[in-house]
Amino acid sequence: MLRRVGPSLRHFLLERKNSAGYSSYSGEAKMSRPVQARRLEGIDKNIWVEFVKLAATYSTVNLGQGFPDFPPPDFLKEAFVRALSGENHMLHQYTRAFVIIIEPFFDCYEPMVKMAGGMPVFVPLRPKAPKDGKLMSSADWQLDPAELASKFSERTKAIVLNSPNNPLGKVFSRGELEVIADLCVKHDVLCISDEVYEWLVYDGKEHIRIASLQGMWDRTVIIGSAGKTFSATGWKVGWTVGPNRLLQHLCTVHQNSVYHCATVAQEAVAQGFQRELKLYGKPESYFVQLPKELQQKRDWLIQSLDAVGMKPIIPEGTYFLVADISEFKSDVPDVPDSDEPYDSRFAKWMVKNKGLAAIPLSAFYCGAHKNNYNHFIRFCFAKEEATLKAANDILQKWKREKTNP
Amino acid sequence: TMAFRHKNTRRIEGLDSNVWVEFTKVAADPSIVNLGQGLPDISPPSYVKEELAKVAAVDRLNQYTRGFGHPSLVKALSQVYERVCGRKIDPLTDILVTVGAYGSLFSTIQALIEEGDEVIIIEPFYDCYEPMVKMAGAKPVFIPLRNKNDGNSASSADWVLDPAELANKFNSKTKAIILNTPHNPIGKVFTREELQVIADLCIKHDTLCISDEVYEWLVYKGNKHIKIATLPGMWERTITIGSAGKTYSVTGWKLGWSIGPQNLIKHLQVVHQNTLYTCPTPLQEALAQAFGIDYKRMDDPDCYFYSLSRELESKRDRMAQLLQEAGLKPVIPDGGYFMIVDVSTLNVDLSDVDEKQPYDYKFVKWMITSKKLSAIPLSAFCGPETKREFEKYIRFCFIKKDSTLDAAEVILKNWNKQTA
Repeated sequence: MLRRVGPSLRHFLLERKNSAGYSSYSGEAKMSRPVQARRLEGIDKNIWVEFVKLAATYSTVNLGQGFPDFPPPDFLKEAFVRALSGENHMLHQYTRAFVIIIEPFFDCYEPMVKMAGGMPVFVPLRPKAPKDGKLMSSADWQLDPAELASKFSERTKAIVLNSPNNPLGKVFSRGELEVIADLCVKHDVLCISDEVYEWLVYDGKEHIRIASLQGMWDRTVIIGSAGKTFSATGWKVGWTVGPNRLLQHLCTVHQNSVYHCATVAQEAVAQGFQRELKLYGKPESYFVQLPKELQQKRDWLIQSLDAVGMKPIIPEGTYFLVADISEFKSDVPDVPDSDEPYDSRFAKWMVKNKGLAAIPLSAFYCGAHKNNYNHFIRFCFAKEEATLKAANDILQKWKREKTNP
Repeated sequence: TMAFRHKNTRRIEGLDSNVWVEFTKVAADPSIVNLGQGLPDISPPSYVKEELAKVAAVDRLNQYTRGFGHPSLVKALSQVYERVCGRKIDPLTDILVTVGAYGSLFSTIQALIEEGDEVIIIEPFYDCYEPMVKMAGAKPVFIPLRNKNDGNSASSADWVLDPAELANKFNSKTKAIILNTPHNPIGKVFTREELQVIADLCIKHDTLCISDEVYEWLVYKGNKHIKIATLPGMWERTITIGSAGKTYSVTGWKLGWSIGPQNLIKHLQVVHQNTLYTCPTPLQEALAQAFGIDYKRMDDPDCYFYSLSRELESKRDRMAQLLQEAGLKPVIPDGGYFMIVDVSTLNVDLSDVDEKQPYDYKFVKWMITSKKLSAIPLSAFCGPETKREFEKYIRFCFIKKDSTLDAAEVILKNWNKQTA
């Protein structure tokens, strides 16, 4: 069965006149046209540019942007030095359509889809109320299968899946993945599976790769990251795994954009993986040690937040957790006609006045939905003990000030 | 279930073949003397490697840095280029650090070139310009450099643009012209007068200039690299692109940069934040340190920016001599580390090779298998109309260590003996 061909949404948009009344293809003087390409429309704002600057200016404790403040493991640093100091100095040479995005989502998915001329279609994870007295878990945020199914149409090209999920920390269960897989197979839709946190799962949970489900290998591209795997975000080495008939097209884009990645960083990551392959499943494996260490940090932060009245959602994976700040609303009064979502104002106030940096959850929602869940902020706990202790001190002090003003 | 309908997007249709993918594979055999791909086999300066080793030990330098460019690197770049350009360059708003100069070309074209625009490309051209322009939905308009001495070209300076022909390529749809000086593959260093002709047209037609200057430091005696952005009226419409790989002989570091006015660079930054977002931190820090060292000695002949070009000039002269002794007439480049040569004078008959490829492709493949020497065919750097004119030339890379050039010498000296 062939896909129905119709005018793409993108071409429809191109034929429309722009707001100044000029036809897009007029021979009008270029001075009257914007210098930048239309593909950049609406994607110029960026949460990281804004919040990283704020954290750098004001914060003493940065639990905002997701990067470990502890070092990469020694074996990896050693691999890098070995790669550098080897005799082989050649290591310094030459390496509209609709897309469904599940909210909350890592923010870059939306602008990237738009830049490609695609149309993002959002479907939210919805929180179920936790059992009385218990903290919510990221497992309690779920897709409504009927709602998800309604988002699939003939024009759906792909769905972006992120498991373990940033920012919630949700690890999709086999049953949940099967629902998504069934829809992908039924509608012949691709799956872009962002699995950068694949090794960071807690409480004995299993990370299941959707590509391993029936009918999925042929339609899935899996994305991984050295930065998250080996706590070296600054190396900027990532990869895609999938069937050649899809990967070949990614290669074409790659050879016409950046073409290579840094050789020495790739060599060091390769050596890191060689080591892990030998230790796979063993207690000394970094893939066993790191989640063990991070689970402990997760539990400390949960305790800190719970003790002061911020309600953390226990993440099943990743090194992020989201907390409900409703009880702290008195510190940051509501401004009824504000354009800015509440949690964003709260997070900015918090970094300026308390020196503690976190990211508002609304940053992970599309424009229209930013006020749906606007009383949550995201913390990163891939941090040294000292950093987490300092965060705890700030929170404790804050609570004391509230009870004894 | 539906049949699988997914194929590539229109934007990459026809962009899958690539000369490097083709020829790097063929020349990968270690018994072949590889003068093809522009890959230095000389060592980078030791302080550059040492800086990287030092940096790798600093924990926070293994994590994310500022997306648009690591602060110490953009500061170092602004210092060097302020000096070179004679104008103030704001490190935060006028510079973007990218994954190689490739990344700068990609960000510039995606940011500023619209579907339906025309972009002028001077032939021969670095091969990625054409597919990148096409991927943006724009139309490449080619104009060739022509040998003004009609067959007797001794120097890259003999290859020139016809001003009237160039003027005819500009129209109301022309969004940009891509300039590459020093030029790959010919090695031409555009003179001030030649740049002025291009600048006048850009100003007259309100066209942007994308100036690929990755070989900016590699100019030989008697030549001066001039930045078109320094000509009157050009700063506000020019993006100038540079490369760590070419500056410091570290092509594997994949760091490049775009420099220009804030109102253009800001759009490149938007593309960058929605593609790669940030470049590797330790490499940027090490590069900043290296630039710091050389910035301090920009008045000193030992500065790497000058010492490298002196080293390469003698390799250039040696390469030229070897080719001349083999009966060939190389075009001596005024800059860069490539040299082109007309091989038709060798009269190698390849008409029985049953392939629809241009002569130079067939010649290079024959040379690799029978002479164990590799080069790159020049028609890879041409649009469809000019392939016939350029198919008698091949390109040699001479940024190679002495032992590589020694091996090339043996092959070239024995060339005539073997065919006799």
